[in-house]
Amino acid sequence: MKSWLTTTDHKRIGLLYFWTAFIFFLVGGLEAVIIRAQLIKPDGGLGVSAETFNQLFTMHGTTMVFLALMPLSAAFFNFIIPLQIGARDVAFPRLNAFSYWVFLLGGLFINASFIAGPLFGADRLSVAPDAGWFGYANLTSRQFSPGPNVDFWLLGLQILGIASLAAGFNFIVTILNMRAPGMRMLRLPPFTWMTLITQFLVITAFPVITVALVLLMFDRFFGTHFFVPQGGGDPILWQHLFWMFGHPEVYILILPAMGIVSEVLPTFSRKPLFGYTVVVYSGVVIAFLGWSVWSHHMFSSGLGPIADSVFAGTTMLIAIPTGVKIFNWIGTLWGGQLRFTTSMLFALGFIAMFIIGGLSGVSHASAPSDLQQTDTYYVVAHIHYVLFGGTILGLFAGMYYWWPKMTGRMLSEGLGKTHFWLTMIGMNLAFFPMHFSGLLGMPRRIYTYSSGLGVTTFNQVSTVGAFLIGLATLVFFYNLVRTRWRPITASNNPWEGATLEWAIPSPPPVYNFTIIPTVANRLPLWHTERHAPMDPLPLQPPAPIHVPGGSWWPMITAFGLPIMAIGAISRTLPVVLIGALVVIVGIYRWAFEPFEM
Amino acid sequence: MPLVLAAVLLLLSACSGAGAGHFPQSTLAPRSDFSADLHSLYKDVFWWAVGVFVIVETLLLVAIARFRARAGAATPKPIHGHTVLEIGWTLAPALILVFIAVPTMRTIFATAGTAPEGALRVQVIGHQWWWEYRYPTLNISAYNELHVPVGTPIAIEMTSADVIHSFWVPRLGGKRDLIQGRTNRIAFKADSTGEYWGQCAEFCGASHANMRLRVIVQDDTVFQRWVDRQRAAPATPAKGSQEETGQQIFRRSACIGCHTITGIAQGKVGPELSHVGSRGTIAGALFPNTTESLHRWIMNAPSLKPGALMPPQNLQGADLDAVVAYLQSLK
Amino acid sequence: MAYNTSEHAAAVAHGHATSMGLESRKMAFWAFIGSECLLFGSLISTYLVYKGHSLTGPYPHEVLNIPFTSFSTFDLLMSSLAMVLALAAVQRGDMKQGKIWLFVTALLGLIFLFGQYWEFSHFVREGLGLTTNLFGSTFYVLTGTHGAHVTVGVIWLLTLWVQALRGKLGPQNALTVEITGLYWHFVDVVWIVIFTVVYLIQ
Repeated sequence: MKSWLTTTDHKRIGLLYFWTAFIFFLVGGLEAVIIRAQLIKPDGGLGVSAETFNQLFTMHGTTMVFLALMPLSAAFFNFIIPLQIGARDVAFPRLNAFSYWVFLLGGLFINASFIAGPLFGADRLSVAPDAGWFGYANLTSRQFSPGPNVDFWLLGLQILGIASLAAGFNFIVTILNMRAPGMRMLRLPPFTWMTLITQFLVITAFPVITVALVLLMFDRFFGTHFFVPQGGGDPILWQHLFWMFGHPEVYILILPAMGIVSEVLPTFSRKPLFGYTVVVYSGVVIAFLGWSVWSHHMFSSGLGPIADSVFAGTTMLIAIPTGVKIFNWIGTLWGGQLRFTTSMLFALGFIAMFIIGGLSGVSHASAPSDLQQTDTYYVVAHIHYVLFGGTILGLFAGMYYWWPKMTGRMLSEGLGKTHFWLTMIGMNLAFFPMHFSGLLGMPRRIYTYSSGLGVTTFNQVSTVGAFLIGLATLVFFYNLVRTRWRPITASNNPWEGATLEWAIPSPPPVYNFTIIPTVANRLPLWHTERHAPMDPLPLQPPAPIHVPGGSWWPMITAFGLPIMAIGAISRTLPVVLIGALVVIVGIYRWAFEPFEM
Repeated sequence: MPLVLAAVLLLLSACSGAGAGHFPQSTLAPRSDFSADLHSLYKDVFWWAVGVFVIVETLLLVAIARFRARAGAATPKPIHGHTVLEIGWTLAPALILVFIAVPTMRTIFATAGTAPEGALRVQVIGHQWWWEYRYPTLNISAYNELHVPVGTPIAIEMTSADVIHSFWVPRLGGKRDLIQGRTNRIAFKADSTGEYWGQCAEFCGASHANMRLRVIVQDDTVFQRWVDRQRAAPATPAKGSQEETGQQIFRRSACIGCHTITGIAQGKVGPELSHVGSRGTIAGALFPNTTESLHRWIMNAPSLKPGALMPPQNLQGADLDAVVAYLQSLK
Repeated sequence: MAYNTSEHAAAVAHGHATSMGLESRKMAFWAFIGSECLLFGSLISTYLVYKGHSLTGPYPHEVLNIPFTSFSTFDLLMSSLAMVLALAAVQRGDMKQGKIWLFVTALLGLIFLFGQYWEFSHFVREGLGLTTNLFGSTFYVLTGTHGAHVTVGVIWLLTLWVQALRGKLGPQNALTVEITGLYWHFVDVVWIVIFTVVYLIQ
């Protein structure tokens, strides 16, 4: 127990990230299922109140983005990146532990709002955030959202931002600086490349939302008017700041999944990634363009025709590098020897589904067309084809691919394929009809709709699909826990992968590599026309390897942040100060603790 | 399966015109110049997307079918890339995007909200969760149900009294946000009479789902009759009638704190009721304007529309009947 | 703590060579500074967007005192110079000079903070509070965030100074001092931008 609390081992932290994020994923999924159940009937549905419904969709979005998808990617960053680059750990192991604890505590803080009502004298149990995951001003002002709901949201997101930023610095340095000898930048596995790009987006996007949240906090706690029109403020500024973060955030969510797919497809096609450099550079281009498109979320806010044209143009541009990636993936398959493992099926599913999300995205890029689609179920369909059909299918591909490496045990392929097909059928039943609901005029974020709209059948199909996705996820969960009762031992390289993580035992020893390998090419474990596979690593380290010990201070420092947030939300300055003191003491003890790399 | 679903979409798109009666809020059955422009642009984008979709998914399926691993097959040739191909599939999407971008830019400027001379001006003000319409040139106001003449350009200027809302009547045009402290504009010309559904499209709090509206497009003469009625003083109940009793109760009740009836009350919090009897719906176009709906609404508005500011009224029996009768008489 | 590899407990100093030839801590710090640029960039943008949008006074030209702030700016610039001298001294192992210059840097930082305290309290007396108008809100949040950064820097410098007094800081810690210096110079540069945007270009 203590060894897990104080661990600084990237592999253990990776597993902690995985299980924590997976549980949040189940919570977010449960919220979605309740949302869909409510919408199975028009004119009042199953009786979920407007207030509860607004909390559910706010928390569904917030949970999935910040507490499930990002940290599930982070689980792979943590576990896989040091192995792929031939390192013994990340650059800053204690900072890594800190990121995890801050993420966990931030997630618990936001979710505590579900039962915190009585503490705030509310007449209901739940005071969960209810202004949408995008928290548009001025609905979030104290005047229109007087309760603690929005406070939980803005304080929780600030905490989670710290976790993401710390991890961002850590992984940028790890990838740039901890590579094994010979691992040049253009020999990095594509997943590592996409992670690097993602982390640059994280460290540039999160400061912007932090500023937005701080300004909102000043509005709500101290009575400033940053987003309050009566005081001269402009709610549109919030939208700009939020989407300047929010659009890069979309790429923060999708690029790691694209990286995973770029690992899985070559392995199960027995062919190198087609156009490796193009795939890498298109990732870089996507990230750059990702910074220039934010206002396409605001076409209906009246930016004027010139701004609309510019942002429509930049948004369309981003389709090009995205398309290039898809063609390169198909090029990878072409002429290969395809093995349809569950991981491969999910990667293929990613391509098939992501295309749909990408293409509906073009109709949003076309600003006037978007005026009919924005804020309708058509957008809900679009984002779910991108974030579920894209990110989540990609993450599942990664889970089936790397689970043997992470635990030393194989997942069941039979259950895996059941999981895959249920997921595919479920997601298409759930999300495809949403295109129709949207085109037929159903706005998003409504707890009830008129039977007169004619969209009842589409909603019923969507609800059935959502339940199927839920069922599929339970099958997956069973598959995961089953590996504990009925272990099937995994070899070093069960999939015949080409990258360094497959050169070491599953699960890897604490020091990862008995000797740090010297890398001579992009596919070190494969035999290609240009090179033979690298020599196997020795089974025992030739000399003792020192691994850094654990530390309590990352976790203790992390605890200071939710304490400060509790103080803020309950308006008790002494508690804020205690939290700050914990942070300060934690940082000092951390800084002066003997800890060797 | 995606192909099947795409086929369904095509089918739907094709028959949307015919089935419009069943879909009063459809974006696929435009009835104004504004919505027709948007629809035609969407169709362009849609068919390009279908083309790309078919090509890419076919390639994917062919690859999956053809290159299944066979026992004993040699390791595939390790192809690392192909420059010409890669340039090709960078340029092809770029070219398609040009074909989408040009009409997009054209439509952006065509639908920027500038109305021609002589357009009928309407100011739309969003409230949590109802709509106020002012006709500055006609000197009248309307609530939740917007009346406009057919074939006349309408210039809509919009703003909000509280949070951000979005005015959206799909068959007449795209949505535009109502933001306090700002004025946004759209313009449209309805091409056929009828009643068009719309609702708020920007999440605006508890009863966002219940912030609905209707646009009633009328022939000039019918519209003029409606205007004349709105300009007239509210109906005066006959002496000794049930309506007169209702009026007296209304005067004494909390109603006057929030609602205006010309000559009777001057409240500004809720919609004006001077001609409430002439409307087809109440409560943000949520319920038909019937005796039963009015009863239920007055007795307990927040239970029908969560977050509604109107508190439950302590009116019963004959008193309630009288007030409802009075309101219905305000044609 | 005990890892399951305690059989390897005989510690061998294992310095991982850096791939980029730049020390990891320094690289992380550069990434941090890049991130901070976006933070201050967003705050400065907010200030600029709301410039001239205040509904009531006091307005910038009524309260801003350029001569006084010029002195503060000069003071902060000099602290950067002192920081350079401190780092040079630590690098060459001259801890006597190192101690002096670390202290001088911190002291000049403190003087800047006192200046800001005086300026803020003066503004409040003139009727400009945090919530008075958009100018007040944007001004206090922007300069306050900067002041918070200076405060962190001063505490950091004083920590190093105390370490030096206790004889625990030497040339082997030159990297730590260098990173402190990076931070301090960054905070200084940000102030130059704020001084220009807020005070000079009214």
